[in-house]
Amino acid sequence: MNNENVLEVKNLEIDFETFAGPVHAIRDVSFDLKKGETFAIVGESGSGKSVTVRSLMNLLSNNAVIKNGQIMYHGENILEKTDEEMQKIRGAEIAMIFQDPMTSLNPVMTIGDQVSEPIELHQDVSKKEAQERALQLLKRVGIPQAEERFKDYPHQFSGGQRQRIVIAIALACEPEILIADEPTTALDVTIQAQILELIKELQVFNDTSIVFITHDLGVVANVADRIAVMYAGQIVEYGTVDEIFYNPQHPYTWGLITSMPTLKTRGKLLSIPGTPPDLHEPPKGDAFAARSEYAMKIDYEEEPPFFHVSDTHAAATWLLHPDCPGVEVPREIAERFKVFEDLRKEHEIEINTAHAVPDQAQRDPKRVKEGANE
Amino acid sequence: MNNSKEPILTVKNLKQYFNPGKPTEVRAVDDVTFDIYPGETFGLVGESGSGKTTTGRSIMRLYNPTDGEVHFDGYDLSELNSRKADLNFRKDMQMIFQDPYASLNPRMKVEDIVAEGLDVHKLAKNSKERRQRVIELLEVVGLNEDHATRYPHEFSGGQRQRIGIARALAVAPKMIIADEPISALDVSVQAQVVNLLQSLQDEFDLTYLFIAHDLSMVKYISDRIGVMYNGKLVEIAEADELYYNALHPYTQSLLSAIPLPNPIYERERERIEYEYQPFTGKEEMTEISPGHFIFCEPNQVDELKAKRAARNVAQKEYD
Repeated sequence: MNNENVLEVKNLEIDFETFAGPVHAIRDVSFDLKKGETFAIVGESGSGKSVTVRSLMNLLSNNAVIKNGQIMYHGENILEKTDEEMQKIRGAEIAMIFQDPMTSLNPVMTIGDQVSEPIELHQDVSKKEAQERALQLLKRVGIPQAEERFKDYPHQFSGGQRQRIVIAIALACEPEILIADEPTTALDVTIQAQILELIKELQVFNDTSIVFITHDLGVVANVADRIAVMYAGQIVEYGTVDEIFYNPQHPYTWGLITSMPTLKTRGKLLSIPGTPPDLHEPPKGDAFAARSEYAMKIDYEEEPPFFHVSDTHAAATWLLHPDCPGVEVPREIAERFKVFEDLRKEHEIEINTAHAVPDQAQRDPKRVKEGANE
Repeated sequence: MNNSKEPILTVKNLKQYFNPGKPTEVRAVDDVTFDIYPGETFGLVGESGSGKTTTGRSIMRLYNPTDGEVHFDGYDLSELNSRKADLNFRKDMQMIFQDPYASLNPRMKVEDIVAEGLDVHKLAKNSKERRQRVIELLEVVGLNEDHATRYPHEFSGGQRQRIGIARALAVAPKMIIADEPISALDVSVQAQVVNLLQSLQDEFDLTYLFIAHDLSMVKYISDRIGVMYNGKLVEIAEADELYYNALHPYTQSLLSAIPLPNPIYERERERIEYEYQPFTGKEEMTEISPGHFIFCEPNQVDELKAKRAARNVAQKEYD
């Protein structure tokens, strides 16, 4: 991985027109995707993660209105491209793996034809050569007896094998960027593990950049290099995988982490109360305030800016304002802070905090919240 | 769990075949035996197609089992041949389903959905009492009176699952079979529903059969866990015992595949592949250490016992 950006999303704002008025689905989202990295976006349903990645492929539905923003790819704005120009990019340079391998494959087309289709479309090769390459791809993604199964239809395969076929199609033209939208959510854990291993193996081979969407924090910990946490159409925290899991700063990230039991969890789970806000009229101030026990007066008045706790890690929460003292964090989070401190002491991670605000773990006074998650 | 108590549910050699005797025969549940004790949560895990959901449905008599015995709270479920006996059974055992969208009738108001059990079992004397009881139930599951007059589509997934839970609770059951009750929900909402299920268990003294494929959640909620594979129950143990001392190669493989929200662990996690081995027919459920059962052949027992004992020694040295 190096620091070259292959994709830059800047100030993206997307509304959906509905009978009840516009839904502000994406509210000022910016991020970069670096060469060869896996960038994971996590959040609840409705947080805007799928809309964000669909906009990268210009695949939004007709009622979507792009209010603002740019998606820069090789110096050009994807959002300004015509359908025809996009067709040259889709599949060839940016490809996508969807959640449900049954609906994303064509049921009346053989898998051989489906895998060779993008090769024929995007690359100047004969049909025969395209099919030969398709066969190699099917072997690479681990379809047993690929020769015999080349003319089989999707329904003749299991869920895990179908997802392998979808991956073969997505990687057929060795795209620079792969978008994986919950690619393993519909699969069993053992199959999920195989698919994740396959994606990682192919990524190294082609130096592909991956945008990975999931709500499963276990999967994120497994695949991600960097993570963005989305809530109510905004990114509320981003950082490296270690920063997000061991030094999380936004109370929403805390809630996501403590909602999942670890093998040691006893007592009640610390769930996030309530439901995400209605994005017809996004709340004033911090959108998460209504569900947060850490909400302060200012959270209902003014939207928090990003406070940087390192060069790579920032969170949009007033808890990081220099005037805010350390707060009581859940025990699970306090334990993760300790792991982070150890990682830093042992120089397992190097982070630059030269121009940063102190993170919550470094502030006084602070206590561990007792009672739950012990 | 308290093994001195009599089990509330005994499942013995349960078989559920589809299309029995035909070339298309599927042995979805094949000779499954386990007990559930009053007040405990028994988790049933396995991959899709392993037969865990079918087991739950056969116990609930949503299918007619091919063979085997199921005893619940003193009665033999194969002898439920009158409507009255059937009603009594269903009052004591209720079910919560996976899909909160498909399991609620879209044309019924929440009040009528929740009160359906009250109506069938004639548990409310008049409409005032019926309404009162519905409001109580909605409050128990974290909803309120205003929700009673709405339709299912007006609710989020988590709220719908709460409605399903209120419906199950309406007839004051002793046991609830929860078939993947949280799989369709977001992580944060999963935690809300799991917390609710646990507090209801304490409040109403409920016994749960919790069917799921999310092993971390099953570990968290269950007292004991059974692992199913290809229609067979291959291992049963208390939750911690199963997680730290799994002996069946399939369970070991399943456990090694779970990703945890812990990058340091994830970087080092090594997955154990399970080589499919057909059952020989000689396997039996055998107790290897107290409360820890493995489905194995008699000639494997000594080896498994030695393996299990070696873990105890390793654990002591570690302590």
